[in-house]
Amino acid sequence: MVGFVIRRLLSAVLVLWVTSLIVFGIFFFGPSDPGQTLCGQGTRCTPEKAELINESLGFNDPVVQQYGEWLGGVFVGRTVTLGSSEIDCPAPCLGVSYRTREPVWDIIKDRYPATLSLAIGGAAIFLTLGTTLGVIAARNRGTTLDRAMVGGSLIMSSIPYYLLALLAFLYLVQVWGIFPSTSYTPITESPWEWFTALLLPWLVIGLANSTQYARYSRGSMVEVLNEDFVRTARAKGLRERRIVLKHALRAAIVPVVTILGLDFAFLLAGTIFTEQIFGIDGIGRTAIQAIPLQNLPVISATVLIAASFVVMANLIVDILYSVIDPRVRLT
Amino acid sequence: MTTSAVADPTAKEWTSDEPFLVVDDLTVKFPTADGLVHAVTGLSYKVELGKTLGIVGESGSGKSVSSMAVVGLHDPKRTRMSGSIRVGGAEVVWLSESKMRRLRGNDVAMIFQDALAALHPFYRVGVQIAEAYLSHHPKATKREAQQKAVSMLDRVGIPQPDQRARDFPHQFSGGMRQRAMIAMALVNDPKLLFADEPTTALDVTVQAQILDLLQELQRDFGSAIVFITHDLGVIAEMADQVLVMYGGRAVEYGTCKDILTTPQMPYTWGLLESIPEMDSDPTQRLLPIAGTPPSLLTPPSGCPFHPRCRFTGDVPGDLCERELPELLPGIEGVRHLKRCHLRDSAEVLSRAATSTRES
Repeated sequence: MVGFVIRRLLSAVLVLWVTSLIVFGIFFFGPSDPGQTLCGQGTRCTPEKAELINESLGFNDPVVQQYGEWLGGVFVGRTVTLGSSEIDCPAPCLGVSYRTREPVWDIIKDRYPATLSLAIGGAAIFLTLGTTLGVIAARNRGTTLDRAMVGGSLIMSSIPYYLLALLAFLYLVQVWGIFPSTSYTPITESPWEWFTALLLPWLVIGLANSTQYARYSRGSMVEVLNEDFVRTARAKGLRERRIVLKHALRAAIVPVVTILGLDFAFLLAGTIFTEQIFGIDGIGRTAIQAIPLQNLPVISATVLIAASFVVMANLIVDILYSVIDPRVRLT
Repeated sequence: MTTSAVADPTAKEWTSDEPFLVVDDLTVKFPTADGLVHAVTGLSYKVELGKTLGIVGESGSGKSVSSMAVVGLHDPKRTRMSGSIRVGGAEVVWLSESKMRRLRGNDVAMIFQDALAALHPFYRVGVQIAEAYLSHHPKATKREAQQKAVSMLDRVGIPQPDQRARDFPHQFSGGMRQRAMIAMALVNDPKLLFADEPTTALDVTVQAQILDLLQELQRDFGSAIVFITHDLGVIAEMADQVLVMYGGRAVEYGTCKDILTTPQMPYTWGLLESIPEMDSDPTQRLLPIAGTPPSLLTPPSGCPFHPRCRFTGDVPGDLCERELPELLPGIEGVRHLKRCHLRDSAEVLSRAATSTRES
């Protein structure tokens, strides 16, 4: 088990390294010109001025050198020269935002709690709601209730997510005022405001994703309810509740855990639509704002964060498998 | 049921108090998308405490379905049942789910065929046995239940039971798993035990051990056993009475010795013929029963076995195709019932046997 985790962590580092190379490569060889974008923000921009900025940021250096500087900064920090100012960027230095001139790591630390709050709350809702609906449908399979639930979930999941989120925001907040239009407040400042501001985004993420969890857990439950060990549990004279929850659901949850791991990783990498529509300054919004500015350090940092969450989620899912199913050995 | 006198001509022989299990004119049907499946039709049998009834038949003959009906394992929403099942004098066919639950695993227990699939893969063996105990002894502590589980594992011959109780089913060998399954079934001292092909998945030596264990436990616990199998060798060793099922119906019912030595129904005879004998010529081909099992959606007219029967010619007219024979005493009397139009089946069968051997 320990050896397994260490091996997987090493391979995770490798994956992240390759990801950073690719991100770097795309920007270096791609048609991006950060100097042009940066100097265009201020007064009139001459090609000479843009070239000067490119030069000062080191964009004219060989790619290996640029990458070496960036990678060194991750471990020991570095000083970034941006225009006329020199900005100190302590380790782990992922670069300095061209727009705000802050170290990217500080931005991420600042934005991350919002995304984390959103992801955990949303996942808690879609997991419990989805599996509950799935179990109910599986136990009543073939009945009108089951068909209504399957049909309903199909309709629900065919609505584009951004439309659902936008409609929820427009009607529930702006037109009917059921939910307050407060913006995100960190939990450390005011737990209540944190909760009220996130409640609607949680519900929207929860409802939209619950349909696929309902379908997955329904299918899985239908299968498990036909297993011999469920019949054995029944033959032992156990209560129906115990049969369904302790015997059937325990086995049916395994495939659900797989998709939960990946979904949760994607949520942690930033929910762009949700954050944008509900005005939450999370990591997704940070990424989407950085792209038109060609804010390379921010973009590469968010990509790396997303990659590391996907890698970690896979590792956690594998460990969870071995916790749920004693037959799984981690080697 | 009004038909009990008709469907049960052996009644006179069972003079003692009512046997522990009485199944009377049991019919089980499953509505499906393709139509109504007639899984069991008009089945009647009895088992006394301390005795073993062997139910023999091929896949789909209704042997498991009828037993699961007694234990109440059919989903009432998907099953149509009629007839009567009395366990210890109490009717269970229309019993409420909560009362049925108190019976299951307590007075009536079941051992399943594939113990690897029948035990929960994610729970320790000891925990699964303790769970069965706890569900019928709500006042017992978890500790007591765990101790009971360990002592049951010891009782069924598992070495180092306190350690093995902490193992998962996949860490047991096949024979061990079946022993654990038996321990789980017997943890509440059931008076009636259904063993649904408990040795089919095991090799012969382990099979013999398990059969010995069941017989030994039956002597100690004095329970009635219904033993379901398609293996006539196992029947010969275990059963006092034998019920042969075909297409959801009883086709022959009598003592083990009578059925195995003087089968009266061509199907039973076919079953016996398909077993290799120790002293037979090794180059001689076994005689399978030709044809396929009957459809339970649209059962054949008349005798369900007639499409595969070699003796329809010995019955006058097309009686076999037209009329379902009743389960009636043969020439040996009421202790041996058969469902066959042949008047003296044994004579016809032995004649056929001689001719087969000579040819």
